[in-house]
Amino acid sequence: METQTAMTIALAANTPAAAGVQAAGVKQYISFKIGSEEYAIDIMAVREIKGWTETTVLPNQPEYILGVMNLRGTIVPVFDLRCRFGMGLTGASRSHVVIIVAVLDRIVGLLVDAVSDILTIDGSEIRAVPDMDRAVSAKFLSGIVSVNETMVVLLALEQLFAQHAGGGPVQETIQPQSLQ
Amino acid sequence: MPSPTSAYSDFERFRATFFEECAEILPDLDGRLSALQAGDSDTETLNAIFRAVHSIKAGAAAFDFSALVEFAHVFEGLLDRLRDNRIQHSAQVFNVVVRAGDVLAELVEAARTGSDVPPGFGAGVAAELKDLFSGAQAAGAPPPKAHQPKPEAEGPMRTYRIAFEPHRELFRHANEPLLLIRELKRLGELSVGCVSADLPDLAHLDPEDAYLSFIFELQTQAPYASVAEVFEFVDQDCVLKIEDGGARDDTQSAAAAPDGGEAEPESGEAHPPSSRPAAATPVSKGATSIRVDLTRVDRLVNMVGELVITHAMLAQQLSDHGGGQRQQWAQGSQELATHTRELQECVMAIRMQPVRSVFARMPRLVRDIAAKLGRNVRLVTSGDQTEVDKTIIEELADPITHMIRNAIDHGIEDGATRLAAGKPERATIELSAAQRAGNILITIADDGAGIDRRKVLQHAIAKGLVREDAKLSDDELYNLIFAPGFSTAEKVTEVSGRGVGMDVVRRNIANLGGRIQINSAPGKGTRFTLVIPLTLAVLDGMLVAVGNEKYILPLANIVESIRPDHRQVRTITGGSQVVAVRGEFIRLVPVRRIFNIPGAIPEPWKALVVVVETENGSKAGLVVDELIGQQQVVVKSLAEYTAPVPGISGATILGNGRVALILDVEGICSMPDPSAFVEAPGDFQRQAGSSPDLQTVKPEIPGRPEAPALQNINAAA
Repeated sequence: METQTAMTIALAANTPAAAGVQAAGVKQYISFKIGSEEYAIDIMAVREIKGWTETTVLPNQPEYILGVMNLRGTIVPVFDLRCRFGMGLTGASRSHVVIIVAVLDRIVGLLVDAVSDILTIDGSEIRAVPDMDRAVSAKFLSGIVSVNETMVVLLALEQLFAQHAGGGPVQETIQPQSLQ
Repeated sequence: MPSPTSAYSDFERFRATFFEECAEILPDLDGRLSALQAGDSDTETLNAIFRAVHSIKAGAAAFDFSALVEFAHVFEGLLDRLRDNRIQHSAQVFNVVVRAGDVLAELVEAARTGSDVPPGFGAGVAAELKDLFSGAQAAGAPPPKAHQPKPEAEGPMRTYRIAFEPHRELFRHANEPLLLIRELKRLGELSVGCVSADLPDLAHLDPEDAYLSFIFELQTQAPYASVAEVFEFVDQDCVLKIEDGGARDDTQSAAAAPDGGEAEPESGEAHPPSSRPAAATPVSKGATSIRVDLTRVDRLVNMVGELVITHAMLAQQLSDHGGGQRQQWAQGSQELATHTRELQECVMAIRMQPVRSVFARMPRLVRDIAAKLGRNVRLVTSGDQTEVDKTIIEELADPITHMIRNAIDHGIEDGATRLAAGKPERATIELSAAQRAGNILITIADDGAGIDRRKVLQHAIAKGLVREDAKLSDDELYNLIFAPGFSTAEKVTEVSGRGVGMDVVRRNIANLGGRIQINSAPGKGTRFTLVIPLTLAVLDGMLVAVGNEKYILPLANIVESIRPDHRQVRTITGGSQVVAVRGEFIRLVPVRRIFNIPGAIPEPWKALVVVVETENGSKAGLVVDELIGQQQVVVKSLAEYTAPVPGISGATILGNGRVALILDVEGICSMPDPSAFVEAPGDFQRQAGSSPDLQTVKPEIPGRPEAPALQNINAAA
């Protein structure tokens, strides 16, 4: 269970310190890696970070929904972010990490390669995403910052999951698939 | 202590509490009113009705629902006279009272939703009430002043000394001392003293507690009862002492004078001044129920569910590590299991509620509809103490309402026809509930004409639901009335006959994991029986494996499991397979293909076929790899976490901590087999999802290719 995976880190996201920087127009982000690319999400959305455990597959769902896992009695769907961004399935192992986030009143897990850092970013440092041909649809990205000469892409979680709240596009994909 | 100008949210909360209370009071009122109409006009019933109306009036006044207050006031006035026998008890009067009850319920609903009441709504009934009221006033003239306490018209000035010490519960129950003080002030000259000795310093002040108490001195002409009445709704939540200081220019003995003595007993709630608070205290101690927020109970239920799972995990690890050899461990684990199970039952019992809350709404419904349709109908209910999970109760109201409506509209003949058939003119609908093992049975029976088999069949043929030469069993035939858009009513009435409904009823019941049985005898009547599990939170299931995946199959659906000989399995059009079991052809549902699971056994004769029965009695054979074992699981809704997944009704957590999905048998049987169909796949998919009725028809046509049957239904829909 969770206790066996030493990766479980409880994040004190609600500490007064975190709230304090929030007020100053500075936000904290958690950055993580998918392949060689660095992404970051708002730390306030993050509930915890844990090691990958096998999920239960939900039948006939899009490829990037890896299934559901048991988080102390809560059933949490896990999304493969690499696959969601159109870069193929991750092929998760025990060294991969699931970031549990709260988005739009739901708890979901994001499978990533590794968590890198906690970043404190001032709003003025965030640059708009240039309009370019990327695998990741630009509407999921809320900006780009440069941290220690590395480019970090900030993700807009709400946009990423907005379409799942109603279950619309998920239904579309339940077309009969041929047997492997 | 909340100030009189409580925050807006507090006001909203109190308002919500008021309507919650109304929701409890109104069904009870309905029940009492039907008792009254049935001729049971004893004082107890009348008092209960009076109290109900009075409570609603008092609450409504606090929230300024003037239309409601006005009506309730008139209603209450009449009831007061009625219980004092100053108005003749007659069927005509009771009829007005019952209709007034209906109007009151409508007004409460209008106040709740904030919708506008059409001008003059209930005016007719109000006028009738007033007529009766003034008629009584003329007749009952001799003792009027004692009953309608009008302070200015009363006897000599009296001085009351009132000590009032609110408990914190008083505020919790949405009462407010300021309102009481204002009401006292209305009776006469009032001086108020506040005792603040118990007030702690600010650091220790609990804003929700009550620290202040009051001493009032009231000079009024009102009798003792009127003063006591001010505190009628709070006397259990405070220490109250009302001292009658006697008439100012009279002696102390005035309290025993005929004037004062007359007013008290007739108010119906006679309490000698000093014994009142003393008498009230034991009542509050004797209170046997508390109001608890449903989310708290749900959290408790969830936590106990987790406990059950955690224990299962422990037990499994214990046996994995050879814990069975340590006798104490095994014994401890066993005891823990017993206690956990018991705890679980206790917690589930909290959520159980008598079905009375739903049943009590029905008499009014029957009155309404019977009046609209000009039928003479009597509703007899029984077993309304039967308890069932709260979520289920809420889901029951609509289906029962609908079926009763249908029974009155379609089942019951008009009076003349009934008399001609030798039946009493007044029809009877029986509504009953009973518990059978893990299920609750709800029966709705009428003594009407019964289901006209010929008409149903003709209609079904006309709608293309069955073929003309089809021979249907009773069950199959009756099931046709659940088809979407099916109605045999010759004319569409305001009440029913539009053919929406019975399919919705069946879907609602199916969502609760229940089913509907129909019995009908021509000329004698129809009986619908709803069989519904007592709780949705725990399910007896069979763990099955398909490839690497494990699923829970509800035990209630399983008929048997077989490993067919490969000669028993036939492939028909488009790759669909059927299996012959004791002369019956059962459609095979390859879970592996529908859910696209790799690594599962493809041949049914090497795998296992679990024969399941769906809600309408048709059978299908789910092809799975293996049965692992039977277990009780705690059901978790998947919809909370993800978009709905077709074929899956929920999830649970197994002993090893893994999530297992619960199969929706109905859903999976109507899902398309991806490799089976060859024509019109889109239509197939849509149709199969929305029309489970095709299974009703199917047993009639064994071996018949599936696609044409579906085409038929497509054309009809």
